[in-house]
This record gives sequence, structure tokens and C-alpha cells, in this order.
Amino acid sequence: MGKLFSKENCEVFSNPLNLNNPIAVQVLGICSALAVTSQLEPAIVMGLSVTVITAFSNVIISLIRKSIPNRIRIIVQLVVVAALVTIVSQVLKAFAYDVSVQLSVYVGLIITNCILMGRLEAFAMQNGPWESFLDGIGNGLGYAAILVIVGFVRELLGFGTLLGFQIVPDFCYENGYMNNGMMTMPAMSLIIVGCVIWAHRSINKEEK
Amino acid sequence: MKLNTNGNVYTFVYATVMVVIVAFLLAFVASALKPIQDANVERDTKNQILTSLNITGLAGEGIDKKYAEVITDELQEEGGKVFVAQVDGVTKYVLPVKGRGLWGGLWGYISVNEDKQTVFGTYFDHESETAGLGARIKERWFQEQFNGKPIFDEEGNVVLTVVKKGNSKAETEIDGVTGATLTSNGVGAMVTDGLNAYKEFLNK
Repeated sequence: MGKLFSKENCEVFSNPLNLNNPIAVQVLGICSALAVTSQLEPAIVMGLSVTVITAFSNVIISLIRKSIPNRIRIIVQLVVVAALVTIVSQVLKAFAYDVSVQLSVYVGLIITNCILMGRLEAFAMQNGPWESFLDGIGNGLGYAAILVIVGFVRELLGFGTLLGFQIVPDFCYENGYMNNGMMTMPAMSLIIVGCVIWAHRSINKEEK
Repeated sequence: MKLNTNGNVYTFVYATVMVVIVAFLLAFVASALKPIQDANVERDTKNQILTSLNITGLAGEGIDKKYAEVITDELQEEGGKVFVAQVDGVTKYVLPVKGRGLWGGLWGYISVNEDKQTVFGTYFDHESETAGLGARIKERWFQEQFNGKPIFDEEGNVVLTVVKKGNSKAETEIDGVTGATLTSNGVGAMVTDGLNAYKEFLNK
């Protein structure tokens, strides 16, 4: 067990959560971060789905990495991701129909998520399955963390709710408080992501 | 012997084998799970029809049981299929409607009271509207706005529709979803056109 959780492996897992966050530092996966964060719940669901798919596609690619012809490696990666996503969505449709209805649009978005391809190409092609698994989980959670922050801000200010429960009390509305309609627009999440990146980088600068 | 993984032959063979394996895998998964998925879809449709009759909160077998109990007949009318329902001893009619949203198809069920002049309940759903915006037409607060609304004006035209939030003046204008004007318009058009198609049945 000692080797499985060595210092290097812990770093593989924890780096993408903060110092090498896929959204805040590598600026990958922005497209889906804009599309699904207008409310908290889809943001969480999307974050978790990406975590699972990144981890498993990382493992598969890492297992077959030595046999992949270099010239068609991107195609091979894409096929693995697409097959995995399709199977997951089929299984969900059969055994967790409600969840699959909620996920409908995101499943397609996962295939095109740049983080997946980025991790496969940059990490799984050079590293063993266990490290790749940790890397996938770490990157997925790092991505999910940013999505949750953005979703939190947008739902709170845009709808006055969190996870569908009303947070802003009624008397605020009676006294003229209004939900910020801008927050429900995709453009606003770009600004929030910008603010998150700004805060993230200025904090990390001090650490260095 | 070390395999040359960069050769043309190897690349071709690799790609072919990979595609065949993945194709078989996907075909197998899809056909193995098809019956279960179809059963889920069918049950979901029943649940949608029940929801349009303001019967919610059911799951699993309960949906099939309640559906068999409530829906007594299916008619083939001018505008399409009509489900006849008995809710607490009163007759209601459920009209399926279809329309277009911003990104994809919309559909719904409108249930009308026995006199066919007012709405009893509605259910709307979508293929791929934006989560948190257009997708909110699926939420009950939006659908319940239609309950009890009249369908026709004095001249007998279908006037029930959806307008931008805060602009509803007449009783037949329903508030749309903020930030989802195009989806809301789509629902409005679907309701108006859908009911128009059933006009003959509704005036019978």
C-alpha cells in the first residue's frame, strides 16, 4: 500500500485540485463550465460525471498506451472516450432513468471536454494505470470544484435559490430586491470564471 | 521481437481491430439493455400523462397501477390521439402536443376539463433545452400556471399562449421563463397550435 500512496502519487492527485487546476491554471474545459453552471445541481452532476469518465478513460488508455500507433493516437483516445461515454449513458438509461434524463445534454458535452483529451494525451500516454487513475480523479474533482463555485454564485444571485431551495428570504423581494437576470446568462459565468482565476492566481503567487 | 508500432500495416490493423471491437461492444450493450430502456421510456410516458392530470409523486410500479386506473380510453380524433381520464370520478381529456424549442424538440400533454373550455393541468418536456434556463419548462411551477386557464376567447379562437415574464395582461397569457425567451415562445406556439389542431374535438 505504501507504494500506491507514495508522495509522488499524492501529488498527482492533489496538484490538479489547486496548483495545477484544469480550469484555473490550464484554462481547459471552459466551454462546459459556461454551459452547465447556471444552477448548482447540474454543475455538481457534470463535475462528478467528468471525474468518473476521466478516471476510467485514463486507465484504459494507460493500459493500452504501449500498443497505440503514434500517428493515430488522438483517434484512439477519442474512440475510447466516446465508447465509454456511450456505454455509461446506455447503462444509466436502463438502470437510473431519472438521472439519465437529467444528464441528457451533458453526456455529449463530456466527449468533447478538453480536459479529457488533455489528460489522456499529457498523462495517461506516459504513465501507469494507477497513477493515471489518480490523475483522472484529481483533475475531475479540480474541474468540479470550479464548476460548483460558479454554479453557487450564479444560482444564488440569479435565482435566489441553492439546489432549488429558496435562500433569499421573501421580505427582500418585497422590499425591492431583484434577482440578477444577467447571472443566468452564459456570459456572466465567463466573468465569474475570470474572477476565480484571478483570485486563485494571486493567492498562489504569495505562496511561491 | 519488438513490434513496430509506427508501420502502416500495424496502424491499419490496429484501427480496424479497435473499431470492430468497439462496434461489437456498443451493439451488444445497446441491444442487451434495449428492453429495459423501452420499459423505462414507456413508464415515463405514463408518468408524464399522469403529471398533466396533476397526479405526481409516483414511482415504479405505482405509475403503471395508477395509469391503468385513471386512463379509461384512447380516442383517435382529428388532431391526433386523445386520452380519456377519470380523476376522482370526473372526466378529463389529455391532448398530446409537439413543438420546437431553441435547441430541439418540445412535447407536452395538456389535460382539459370535461367542458373542454378550460385547462385542467399541463406537462411539458424537452429534448435539449439549456439547463437552468429553457429546461425549467419541465418544472411544476411553470406548468401549474396553466391550471384553470380558459382556452378560447369570445369568438372561439384559441388564445392561450406564453408571453415574456411580467408582460402577461390577459388571463390567457402565461408568464414565460426568465432568460429563456425562445424556449418560452416555443412552448407558447406549441400550446396554441396544438390546441388549434384539436379545435374540432374541443368544440364537439
